[in-house]
Amino acid sequence: MTTPAGSADTNLPQTGPSAFDEHHPPSRELLDDCVHCGFCLPTCPTYQLWGEEMDSPRGRIYLMDLAEKGEIGLEGPLRQHIDACLGCMACVTACPSGVQYDKLLESVRPQLERNVPRTPADRMFREAIFALFPYKRRLRAAALPGALYQKLAAVPAVRRLAAKLPGRLAALESLLPPVTVREAFATLPVHTSAVGERRGRVALLSGCVQDVFFHRVNEATVRVLAAEGLDVLVPRDQQCCGALELHAGREDPALARAKRTIERFERLDVDHVVTNVAGCGSSMKDYAHLLADDPEWARRAKEFSARVRDVHEVLAELGPRAPRSPVPARVAYHDACHLGHAQGVRTQPREVLRSIPELEVLDIPEAALCCGSAGIYNMIMPEAADELGRRKADNVRSVEPAVVVTANPGCLLQIGKHLKDGTGADLPLLHPVQLLDASIRNVPVPRS
Amino acid sequence: MALDPVARAAIVAALGPDDVVDDPVQTRAYECDGLTGYRVRPEIVLIPRDAEAVARAVKACHRNGVPFVARGAGTGLSGGALPVADGVVISLARLKRVLEVDPVNRRAVVEPGVTNLEITAAAAAHGLYYAPDPSSQQVCTIGGNVAENSGGAHCLKYGFTTNHVLAMEVVLPDGELVTLGGDSAEQLGPDLRGVFLGSEGTLGITTKITVRLLRTPETVRTLLADFPSVAEAGEVVSDIVAAGIVPAAVEMMDTLAIEAAEEAVHAGYTVGVPAALVVELDGPIEQCDAEFAQVKEICDAHGCTRLHIAGSPEERAAIWRGRKAAFAAVGRISPDYFVQDGVVPRTRLAEVLGRIADMGDEAGLRVANVFHAGDGNLHPLVLYSAAAGETERAEELSGAIAELCVELGGSLSGEHGIGTDKACSMPKMYGEEDLAVMKRVRDAFDPEGLCNPGKVLPTPRLCGERPGKYRPHPLEESGVIERL
Repeated sequence: MTTPAGSADTNLPQTGPSAFDEHHPPSRELLDDCVHCGFCLPTCPTYQLWGEEMDSPRGRIYLMDLAEKGEIGLEGPLRQHIDACLGCMACVTACPSGVQYDKLLESVRPQLERNVPRTPADRMFREAIFALFPYKRRLRAAALPGALYQKLAAVPAVRRLAAKLPGRLAALESLLPPVTVREAFATLPVHTSAVGERRGRVALLSGCVQDVFFHRVNEATVRVLAAEGLDVLVPRDQQCCGALELHAGREDPALARAKRTIERFERLDVDHVVTNVAGCGSSMKDYAHLLADDPEWARRAKEFSARVRDVHEVLAELGPRAPRSPVPARVAYHDACHLGHAQGVRTQPREVLRSIPELEVLDIPEAALCCGSAGIYNMIMPEAADELGRRKADNVRSVEPAVVVTANPGCLLQIGKHLKDGTGADLPLLHPVQLLDASIRNVPVPRS
Repeated sequence: MALDPVARAAIVAALGPDDVVDDPVQTRAYECDGLTGYRVRPEIVLIPRDAEAVARAVKACHRNGVPFVARGAGTGLSGGALPVADGVVISLARLKRVLEVDPVNRRAVVEPGVTNLEITAAAAAHGLYYAPDPSSQQVCTIGGNVAENSGGAHCLKYGFTTNHVLAMEVVLPDGELVTLGGDSAEQLGPDLRGVFLGSEGTLGITTKITVRLLRTPETVRTLLADFPSVAEAGEVVSDIVAAGIVPAAVEMMDTLAIEAAEEAVHAGYTVGVPAALVVELDGPIEQCDAEFAQVKEICDAHGCTRLHIAGSPEERAAIWRGRKAAFAAVGRISPDYFVQDGVVPRTRLAEVLGRIADMGDEAGLRVANVFHAGDGNLHPLVLYSAAAGETERAEELSGAIAELCVELGGSLSGEHGIGTDKACSMPKMYGEEDLAVMKRVRDAFDPEGLCNPGKVLPTPRLCGERPGKYRPHPLEESGVIERL
């Protein structure tokens, strides 16, 4: 077996200095883990949409590899294709070689944010998103009926933007459904005692988008945890966990939020820090890795991350105790990417749902495929997100559910939008704990 | 020699900008398939959306004398989809519709970019499935399966792709769209379908494939058995066949392969045992039960140290997940590796494995073995570290193993194809006359030599030179000839 003309060695030699800067570049070992087998292709949403190698996990890794070897720059194709990635991590699940694409993406995105300038319109739009989402108060103002667009349009920069990016703004608006004033401003009790004999003590991250748009999910979560025998603390002065910024490569503000969150929760005497949002859980579990080389924070981050649990993990581990009343319904469970792929939490939510008598849990075809929400993705890449959203809605309809549940507000908004655009307008879309809450309290299943 | 600008414009115009990738950085993502040791950047990548667009693309290449290479999912392990410098890659990734499932006649018509497993998924509702199941079935495309005549774990009982494809719509190397074969398995005249199948993309590009579907077996029984030696496991395989049993699959993994697979998917394999067999029987319940009992007896007779019978579809899936992930999982225990593919007569399995182990020791390299033991199709994986400068030694060992298979009365390739990787070994297996006949067949389809050139058949340029170290010929030095 000889190597023919025109070929190169298995590992191309370094041809120049790396295009990445010295702060956490993608590591050579992680890049070399990819053997280019292609098992990631069928689960990659963008490869499914466009069928182009550069927009597949192994293609993106190939480009990272070239940049690390100094053969290509960071600007141009590398940025374009890393931007197009949803960060759903389906490839991490699919990869037989254990390639840590999550870690690679986590180091490459901040590199691009730091070193490759964005166009003014793109930059402004992103600034607008990050000036809004991590802040509960601003979100509340935006969430009041009919207020969002007017509020945004009052900002001159946004008005100029609207002319340039009508698709993005429309996407932003359609994803933020108005909520009632009462819900937007409601707060959770700081302390809720366990019902019956106490089985533990947890603190709940109430989230930003979650607490404003899905306050009812937080209420249900507190009730369910208490009913199952847990004391529940909800620190009043907690802030955003930084997930949106982290997943978009905005490293500095994300780390600042991570530290604030650690600081807020580490002094609480609790067994676990619980979240009911997939994206928040995956970022909080990642703090340990993110702050690993920060001498002041490494140990604290590690201890904090070790205590973080998704609400389903806690419930499944405790096992059901509160009596449940039957909910005779066909329920489609959608695996949020940041729960299934990023945290490997797949069986627990199903187990929790199956603890409800007469409830039938349905799996959705193409379950591993992202719905297109992906943090801020459906705002910055609305066309691709819409295509994925339609596909997810079709798959959801195909199993003819009476209720659809998923554990991430982004997915709820995205799937809700696309079910409405089709024929599934009156399908209730819920977080799984809302169903459990209804079952435990023996009340009708809520409509939203 | 760069691509002529007129030719470039004509090729790009054949599809339109949305279906063309010609950025010098983006096209690098197409430099290699699953065999990364060979990399060539194509000048243009075309990603057509239907058969007519494929024909237009090929016609434009043909008219302008530009070589082209078809690409499916790019999972091939012999460099069959390696691009040609200054040439065109035609990706079939967007031709991925299942056009028809006909449960009455048990056929499906699909486009070439549909994955092997998607065919089964589309047929499952009718109690049907597509039988050939290469280990990469969730990602490899049916177009690539046709090109490589792919097999898979179950080809022992059910045969290769060629036994399951009735007809193909094909774009010939001059851009003409024709149909080879037909809805019925009995066709008059020369079997052009058979000629095309397994031609590794050298005779044209498929755009539509009619496959046979089989009824999902009434029952499937799967066991995983550990053995104290590879030789004992090999004898079990021979005894099963000698007993008149035709298993759906018999797979063997050695200790290194088990370690890698277990680390990747935690499928319940025993880490540390010298060899494990996966035996699967399918068919009517009574027959399966009777034969399964026999298989268990044979395993016990050969010192089986642990016998695990899949008790549920999930357990069965786990066993197969372990087996099918083994190739890629080897990446976990070695920074680099070559996947080899060869065939030996089943009776010489133990012998060939012994010789491979000796050769590995001699070269100072580890070799993991995963194979379709039932039909003697070996997949030795040569582990090495490029960083430690072991590439050349590993490459030599891998090549020597393939040639050892030929020496023992087997074949250079069981299912991965010859592609770029083994073209130069072809003379070990075939004489000059054989190769000349193959060349004539190829020339009949592709007289200009534009369709996946440089693959399968050895050429002086391909096999006479080694890259990297350029050594000028004395005649070059004296200025008599010029090579480039």
